[in-house]
Amino acid sequence: MSKSRDALIDPLFNSNPIALQVLGVCSALAVTTQMDTALVMSAAVVFVLLFSNLFVSLLRNQIPTNIRIIVQLTIIASLVIVVDQVLKAYLFDISKQLSVFVGLIITNCIIMGRAEAYAMQNPPGMSMIDGIGNGIGYGVILAGTAIIRELFGSGSLFGVQLLTLASEGGWYTPNGLMVLSPGAFFIIGFFIWALRCWKPEQVEQD
Amino acid sequence: MQGSIGYNLAFAAAVCLVCAVVVSSSAVALADRQDRNAALDRQKNVLLAAGLATDDESLDADEVVTRFGPITRIMVNLATGERVGDVDPATFDQRAATIDPVLSRTAPDNAARIARLPNTVLVYEIRDEADRLEAVILPVEGLGLWGTLYGFIALEGDLRTIRGLTFYEHKETPGLGGEVDNPRWKARWTGRLAFDDDLAPAIAVVKGLAGAVADDPHAVDGLSGATLTSRGVTNLLRFWLGPDGFDPYLTRLRAEGSAD
Repeated sequence: MSKSRDALIDPLFNSNPIALQVLGVCSALAVTTQMDTALVMSAAVVFVLLFSNLFVSLLRNQIPTNIRIIVQLTIIASLVIVVDQVLKAYLFDISKQLSVFVGLIITNCIIMGRAEAYAMQNPPGMSMIDGIGNGIGYGVILAGTAIIRELFGSGSLFGVQLLTLASEGGWYTPNGLMVLSPGAFFIIGFFIWALRCWKPEQVEQD
Repeated sequence: MQGSIGYNLAFAAAVCLVCAVVVSSSAVALADRQDRNAALDRQKNVLLAAGLATDDESLDADEVVTRFGPITRIMVNLATGERVGDVDPATFDQRAATIDPVLSRTAPDNAARIARLPNTVLVYEIRDEADRLEAVILPVEGLGLWGTLYGFIALEGDLRTIRGLTFYEHKETPGLGGEVDNPRWKARWTGRLAFDDDLAPAIAVVKGLAGAVADDPHAVDGLSGATLTSRGVTNLLRFWLGPDGFDPYLTRLRAEGSAD
């Protein structure tokens, strides 16, 4: 029990895929200007991670070692295409905003990384839990970044205007850096800094 | 057995087969819904170009139909500018028509690198109670950097001033050329003049910032980091507003207007 709880909870802060493993940063910069896109992207990654870990784990004793990466990639790519099709059918506006980044989940190192590092050695149940945990760990950073970026960059959350913008006659002048990718770099950097102050064991030795 | 070439090939083939079935069945099962979404999005973009909707509104199908109230769909023969009665605008699919050899022709050489032109096109007119033209919305397309941009340009009733421009489908780099669908950039088109005094297409996306509308009426701010996309937008607009594009239709509308 405690082992499966660790597999679920550890990736949130102790071995966060973005903050500790520093994987999947590209999409974390691209989709975090708004909460909507950040959460849909996180849900898509959780789904893909969950099932890619499940299928890779189910097949782990059958997959021939010398073609294992391409087999993992085929499974991941198929799942991503399914997610992309579903978004286009049911969440068209958000899928348009996410544009290429849903497709790029295929190359998101978190997913390949978990398939290769975890699902290839562990039974299906544990692999699914590991997938959910890492997906949520990714989502936590995305949501945290998106809250800051949307609030200070556009004065809104989930598209609901909270701070009246100066251009609309209000008092708040939006911070342009927040809507640009470098803004996300700074925020994620601060997250990593804060996390390593809290958990000094994450700091790499020189 | 495991590790032999035969096993590897059989395993790879089995994985591919299962994945192919999953991917294709999801694509087929969801195709109807996706097509409906795409059609609705196209109509929403007509409204955006015409200034009847804004980017931050989310419109459902009924709302789009309501806002389409003042807009009339008209089929036009591209080469002559005459109205065409025998094509139903509701079922007309310009993209299918453009690749159908019976419904299209080879385009003359052009900077927008458009290969084929449909014989008839669907345009949208807005008229007031006195049947005077208030705005016309024209479909445009052409090559950017990575692929074809599809959009609409709306002209005011004077057929010179731009009311709005929008792109609903493109493959440009997100953050660079992809900014063609940025509402703030699109807002810069409103009020600019598409044609010079001789009615030749003059609108251009320039490098850097364009001047105020009054001083610099034919220029629009360039997209930084996206020279080729900006150039593509200039080329495609000049093509569609020019003699091989909608010029015959616009000329006919101008003649109608001056006859009033």
